[in-house]
Amino acid sequence: MMEKMIFGRFIPGDSLIHRMDPRAKISFVFVFIAIVFIANSAETYGILLGFTLLVVFLSKIRLYFLINGLKPVFILLIFTFLLHIFFTREGELLVDIGFIKIYEEGLRQGIFISIRFLVLVFVTSILTLTTSPISITDGIEVLLGPFKRVKLPVHELALMMSISLRFIPTLMDETGKILKAQMARGSDIGSGPVKERIKAVVPLLIPLFVSAFKRAEDLATAMEVRGYRGGEGRTRYRQLNWRLIDSLSLVVLAGLAGILVYFRL
Amino acid sequence: MNSIILSFENVTFTYMQEDESVKPAVKDLSFSIQDGEWIALVGHNGSGKSTIAKLMNGLLFPQIGKVEAMGKLMTEESLWDIRSQMGMVFQNPDNQFVGATVQDDVAFALENNGVPHEEMVVRVKEALQQVKMADYLDHEPHHLSGGQKQRVAIAGALAMRPRLLILDEATSMLDPQGRMEVIETIRELRKATGLTVISITHDLEEAALADRILVMNAGEKQLEGKPEAVFRSGNELTNLGLDLPFSMRMTHLLREVGVELQGEHMTEDELVDELWTFYSRK
Ligand SMILES: Nc1ncnc2c1ncn2[C@@H]1O[C@H](COP(=O)(O)OP(=O)(O)OP(=O)(O)O)[C@@H](O)[C@H]1O
Ligand SMILES: [Mg+2]
Repeated sequence: MMEKMIFGRFIPGDSLIHRMDPRAKISFVFVFIAIVFIANSAETYGILLGFTLLVVFLSKIRLYFLINGLKPVFILLIFTFLLHIFFTREGELLVDIGFIKIYEEGLRQGIFISIRFLVLVFVTSILTLTTSPISITDGIEVLLGPFKRVKLPVHELALMMSISLRFIPTLMDETGKILKAQMARGSDIGSGPVKERIKAVVPLLIPLFVSAFKRAEDLATAMEVRGYRGGEGRTRYRQLNWRLIDSLSLVVLAGLAGILVYFRL
Repeated sequence: MNSIILSFENVTFTYMQEDESVKPAVKDLSFSIQDGEWIALVGHNGSGKSTIAKLMNGLLFPQIGKVEAMGKLMTEESLWDIRSQMGMVFQNPDNQFVGATVQDDVAFALENNGVPHEEMVVRVKEALQQVKMADYLDHEPHHLSGGQKQRVAIAGALAMRPRLLILDEATSMLDPQGRMEVIETIRELRKATGLTVISITHDLEEAALADRILVMNAGEKQLEGKPEAVFRSGNELTNLGLDLPFSMRMTHLLREVGVELQGEHMTEDELVDELWTFYSRK
């Protein structure tokens, strides 16, 4: 199940969306999240859903793959849907089988909330699926740039994020090795009562921490030797380039917001 | 050409610790290195080699004596300038890979030194070509072998076009194949650019390739000289816990059983050459 989970994963590709500037994509997602809350009727939710499917289509990520990968999220979705259906008691009574009573308003609310949820999850997943973590980091660094004025250590935060991302596989490997070493010495993490299992995790975590600190120390030395002394006077190797398509995407988004507001009025 | 690129003058360094009784990690050390030389620094564990490397580029400052590099005294002020002309590669290939991909990592030192973007692109490519990793621009570190990671680390140092490259046991965590890759890379680099190299190593076969060897023992310089001369003091090295190269041990053993070999063979090829021409020369 974990392997199939696509939340937060990156799938390389060369679709229109893949090639967009990370700054545009991140801003797009944030504005979109706000726009979703304008919708309040069948038409507006329909438009939102249609728009989202268009985005998915443009990203060339197969809908089936997306739905399959987001299965755990769907369980949550169905749960909220059912909650709304059974607990809203407004409007006409549609179904009445003994203790199950479904009202029109409940059905409406259930469907709307589900669409809202679905649309949000799809669009944010498309962001992470089509943008490499390092590009997201770059995008965030530039977007947060203005906050340097108020002494927010933007460069340092971005560097921290990119180094953490870079070390995830290394530390995963390391965990695997320690786990095997412990298993070879008869430790058993996979079974037994919870208390025992938690106890067995401690000898796994301690060597992991020790080695992570050692790595951090080495890395700091290596960075210092290569002339690192903070963000001051640094140039950037990775260049972001904002193209027409990026501006267009935001214009389209503004258009969407306009249409939704028009329907709501 | 024969200018001094780095020198230590009566350098003593002690790691500051709670108890006052700690011995200095480096004691009254003096040596100098010419531009274009390949120096090997050898010694057993804890003999002070890494400490010397850290003194060389200002990660540590000596309590007594002085370090001069690139014609400047090492001080807090001159430090960054000196460092930008000095590349350094460490032992663990994983712990010195800063960037998310090969090209990001090679560009790291350039970014730190404020090199403009167009120039960076050129230098990254050039440096990766020098270590034969140009086809791996977008690879992530966990998809590379140890030897490849070390070559990327060397490229990261070369991108700054340094005058001096320091390798602190850069090959000791690699398999024989990776070790060969790295050593071969260094040899070719020296041939092509005349780069000055200081390699710190346990491996005397690697040290045999150098122009000069410095042997450290408990923070002091024990021996210094050309590889042939240093290796001739066979027992002294063995007593310091260092293994002679295989071909030299073989030569000694053959002599002991009465085979009259002539040379001191530092590489297997030399030994093999003498052996297969042995009878015809008699
Ligand atoms: N950060 C430190 N704090 C205190 N003592 C240290 C520190 N680093 C090294 N030492 C001590 O200084 C001495 C020299 O260590 P150094 O790391 O220079 O040796 P080395 O020759 O590089 O050894 P190795 O072959 O194991 O890498 C050792 O006795 C060591 O215990
Ligand atoms: Mg060392």
